[in-house]
Amino acid sequence: MVIHFVVHDENDSVGVVVVEGVKAGDQLNGWIMDQDRVITHQAASDIPIGHKLAIRPLAPNDTAIKYGVDIGRVVAPIRQGEHVHVHNLKTKRW
Amino acid sequence: MPISLSNTTFWGYRRENGRAGVRNHVIILPVDDLSNAACESVANNIKGALPLPHPYGRLQFGADLDLHFRTLIGTGSNPNVAAVVVIGIEDGWAKRVADGIAATGKPVASFGIELHGDIETVARASRAAKEFVQAASALHRVECPLADLWVSTKCGESDTTSGCAGNPSVGNAFDKLYGRGVTLVFGETTEITGGEQLVAKRCRTPEIAARFMALFDRYQEVVNRHKTSDLSESQPTKGNIAGGLTTIEEKALGNLQKIGKKCLVDGVLDKAETPPGPGLWFMDSSSAAAEMVTLCAAAGFTVHLFPTGQCNVIGHPILPVVKICGNPRSVRTMKEHIDVDVSGLLRREINMDHAGDLVLECMLATANGRLTNAEVLGHREFVLTRLYESA
Repeated sequence: MVIHFVVHDENDSVGVVVVEGVKAGDQLNGWIMDQDRVITHQAASDIPIGHKLAIRPLAPNDTAIKYGVDIGRVVAPIRQGEHVHVHNLKTKRW
Repeated sequence: MPISLSNTTFWGYRRENGRAGVRNHVIILPVDDLSNAACESVANNIKGALPLPHPYGRLQFGADLDLHFRTLIGTGSNPNVAAVVVIGIEDGWAKRVADGIAATGKPVASFGIELHGDIETVARASRAAKEFVQAASALHRVECPLADLWVSTKCGESDTTSGCAGNPSVGNAFDKLYGRGVTLVFGETTEITGGEQLVAKRCRTPEIAARFMALFDRYQEVVNRHKTSDLSESQPTKGNIAGGLTTIEEKALGNLQKIGKKCLVDGVLDKAETPPGPGLWFMDSSSAAAEMVTLCAAAGFTVHLFPTGQCNVIGHPILPVVKICGNPRSVRTMKEHIDVDVSGLLRREINMDHAGDLVLECMLATANGRLTNAEVLGHREFVLTRLYESA
C-alpha cells in the first residue's frame, strides 16, 4: 500500500505529505508512526511533498499539535484534509 | 544484518596527544583576513596543503576575540589535522595561535607578513608546509577503538521529512553510540525553541538542566533584542518554509529527533569548547550550518552527521560531513550530495533501526577514510562565529 502522508502521533492535528503531486480530492493513506496504524483522508487542497495536511478540523486560536507537542497557533479556519502552512498557522514565540 | 558495535574499531591517525583523527590534513591557517592571499599561495605551491581562508581577525576584542582564537586553535588542534602552518599580518598573534596548537604536540610553524612582505612570507611558509606534507604522507592509519570517535550533529535545510526520517535516523545512531565511550555533540540554541523543555528533561542532572536553560534564555534575549518580525524566513529559513516547515516550534521538534530517545545530556559547552569526556554534550551555537559545523570541528569532533530535507550542500575543510536525507524528491534531484538515503522510511520499506544502521555504516566508512560527497565536491565552508561588531 502506498503511504501518502505520515503522522507522528495519533493525537497530532497534522500529517506530512511524503509523495509528490497530491491534488485536491485525492484519497490519501496516512501512516501513524508511533501507534503503527493506517488512516485515510481526502485531500482538500493541492499539497506539495513535505507540506502538512490537517487530519482534523482546526479553528482560529486552536493550538496545532505535532509530535504530541504545541507547534503554533491557528490563524484561519482549516478543514480536515486542507493544506496547513504559514497562511493559517503562526509561531507562538518571537 | 544489524550492526554490532560491541567490538567495532576504525582505522584512524593516532596523534601526539592520544586523540584519533580520520583525516590527515596539513592546513595553512590565516589568523586574519589579510593573510588569506599568502595562505592560498602556499597551498598553491605545496600540493596536499589545505588553506582555510576566512574574513575575520582584525579589531576584534573581548569575548568575540577569545572565540576567534579558540576557533582557530581548536581547528588546528583537531586530530583530523596532521600539522599546521599559521600566517598572520604580524607575528605576535600568529605565534599565539601556533602556541595554542603546539600544546597538542603536533608540528606547527607560524609566520608574520610585516617586515617580510607576501612573497618572502609565502616562500618561508611554503618550505615549512613542504616538510609537513611529506611527513604527514608517511603516517599510517592504525586500528582505534570506537570510543576514540567524536561525532557531531547538526541538521540543515530541514523540511518536515527531516523530523520523520533524516533526524530520527541520526537519533537512532546516537542512541547506539551513547554509552560506548563515544563523544557526541548537538547544539543550535535558537533552533530548539519550542522543544527546550524536552532538552531540559533529558539533562542528566538538574544543575546541567539549569545551565542549559541559562544558555537558551540568553540566546532568546538576543533574538528578542534584534528581531523586527517573528523571524519567519530567517528561522525557519525560506528553504525550510518551501519544504513545508511552518513555525520554529515545529522545526525544533524535528531538530531534536537527532538526539534519539535514550541518550542523556551529560553537559553543556560554550562555542568551540572541547568537552572534557565522553557522553552527549549540548554546545551553545548558531543554527547556521557552516558556523555550527565549524564550531564542532574547533571543539575537536572528527565526523559530522548532517541530516537534511531540502538538501543543504555544506561541507567543511577538515571535518567530513555525512549527509542523510529522507526526502524522496531531494534524493532524486540532489543525488550527488546525499551519502545516506533513508527515504525508504517514509515508504515503510525500512524501519528506524535499519535507518540508524545505514547511518552508522556510512559513518564508519567515512572514519576509515572513504570521502564524503561534500569532500569530493570540494565543499570547504569554514565560517567563524562572531559575537558582535569589531572595534
